[in-house]
Amino acid sequence: MGLKLAAAAGLAFLHLPILLIFVYAFTTEDKSYQWPPPGLTLQWFAVTWNRPDVWAALGLSLKVATISTAIALLLGTLCAAAVSQSRFFGRETISLLVILPIALPGIITGIALRSAFSIADIPFSTWTIVLGHATFCVVVVYNNAVARLRRTAGSMIEASMDLGADSFQTFRHVILPNIATALLAGGMLAFALSFDEVIVTTFTAGQQQTLPIWMLEELVRPRQRPVTNVVAMVVVLVTFLPILAAFYLTRDGDQIAGAGK
Amino acid sequence: MNAATMLDTTPAPAILAGRGGLFGRLSDLFWRRPRFLLLLLLAPPLLWLGIVYLGSLFALLLQSFFSIDEFSGLIRYEPTLKTYGELLQPANLDIILRSIVMAALVTLASGVVAFPIAYYAARYARGKWKALFYLGVMLPLWSSYLVKVYAWKLILAKEGILNWLFAELHLTWLLDAWLSLPIVGGNSLSFSYTGTFIVFLYAWMPFMILPTQAALERVPANLLEASADLGATPGQTFRNVLFPLAVPGLVAGSIFTFSLTLGDYIIPQIIGTSRLFLGQAVYAHQGTAGNIPLAAAFTVVPIVVMGLYLWMAKRMGAFDAL
Repeated sequence: MGLKLAAAAGLAFLHLPILLIFVYAFTTEDKSYQWPPPGLTLQWFAVTWNRPDVWAALGLSLKVATISTAIALLLGTLCAAAVSQSRFFGRETISLLVILPIALPGIITGIALRSAFSIADIPFSTWTIVLGHATFCVVVVYNNAVARLRRTAGSMIEASMDLGADSFQTFRHVILPNIATALLAGGMLAFALSFDEVIVTTFTAGQQQTLPIWMLEELVRPRQRPVTNVVAMVVVLVTFLPILAAFYLTRDGDQIAGAGK
Repeated sequence: MNAATMLDTTPAPAILAGRGGLFGRLSDLFWRRPRFLLLLLLAPPLLWLGIVYLGSLFALLLQSFFSIDEFSGLIRYEPTLKTYGELLQPANLDIILRSIVMAALVTLASGVVAFPIAYYAARYARGKWKALFYLGVMLPLWSSYLVKVYAWKLILAKEGILNWLFAELHLTWLLDAWLSLPIVGGNSLSFSYTGTFIVFLYAWMPFMILPTQAALERVPANLLEASADLGATPGQTFRNVLFPLAVPGLVAGSIFTFSLTLGDYIIPQIIGTSRLFLGQAVYAHQGTAGNIPLAAAFTVVPIVVMGLYLWMAKRMGAFDAL
């Protein structure tokens, strides 16, 4: 009984603050964070809809997340295939290398990239943001792909080869169908991770604004509280969808999907 | 009578002819030389991580051995340990100590809050409930970091829900008494270490739950029953059986909570006092001050601390629980 209560209290602690955001998106109060809200309204959704800066930030975020996810899918799958298909010297080191960008605090990745850009005279652009994001997104795809490849029987691959398929046919008709849902789940999580990232992005974005950077500026210097409330709610909804999808794609089997950010 | 004579006995060639076409030939090459395939698979990710990530990391660390000229404010490119001397000044040591203590406290509290959730999910939740529990942990874990911080800004604000709640319960005196305490107190919750601590705990605690749950799921239920049968009280069973078996999971989770708290510079900037944490110091030195060498030296601290931490975690078997 005590355990049940403690578990319920812990979960409530995790969820209530996020639910609060949903209430604040409808409040009529626009000068402070007053609770309880004096009244409810839908007008802020219309105001937010007509804000070009919010749309521009959203567009950049989506673009960066899409490109980073594509790169992470490619690199993560290659790495997972190499690690799972054979044992070789330095195999453990490669796992460590992939995990390192998220095991070390994000600020280190950020400042390292920024100083490298300034040494190499690379101007800030969408691609500098992508460079940072793809680096730490690889691990999510890698984790999912490695877990699935571990469960894919090696005998199936051998059977395919014995039956005369070449490596490419085996990949297309045997390996890919087996790992497709894991890759999709990994890709969704990588997308959510990139869409939401702010710590590395502040160092690699220059003057550009992704949606999280837009929010960060509102947090430090609040100017349009109601718009920020609506954006926060939209961000919650946008990140929940890929996570739910990833959950349903990987639920049959060991649930490795969220092995860390 | 003789099976062999009834079958076609034309001998198959011991070595098949090579496959035609580019793909076929490549495929044959992969089969004959698995190392070549391995190299081909590994080259792109290793080049990317090696050049983009490790390359810039080493370049950064190298800069910590340069120093900044006090008069011109320019970086002098001569190897020196002067910057590390600066790092060890009392003011900077304060920052380092403050960050490590905060990270340790957040980690401990995360363990305390996460354990019941993980234990309930591992032991009692079944079927649909188990999936619900899993989602209940995953959604906050993956939801936007900034939105979480923003939610707490709303909660901790003077006119916000927490103060309102305390007022409704006629407990405002309790809150004021807490805020008047020396270190943990402050003007209001959003400008105190207490506030910073709560938000850190909220943001990083979910990372503790899943590894702990994984470790607890591997504890056989009959082990706990055996302990009870042999006369142990629930408290003794917890101390001597359950907890030691959960330690690898807790340590694995603590890697995340500790590392993430140690390097964060946004939470203490938005909710907390004006005294700096490690991440803020790095940010300030590389940004407005333009002192890249000192910022680089500061980043060495979390790298060393996390290196030691990972080494200890490995010895405690935490990596098998990840």
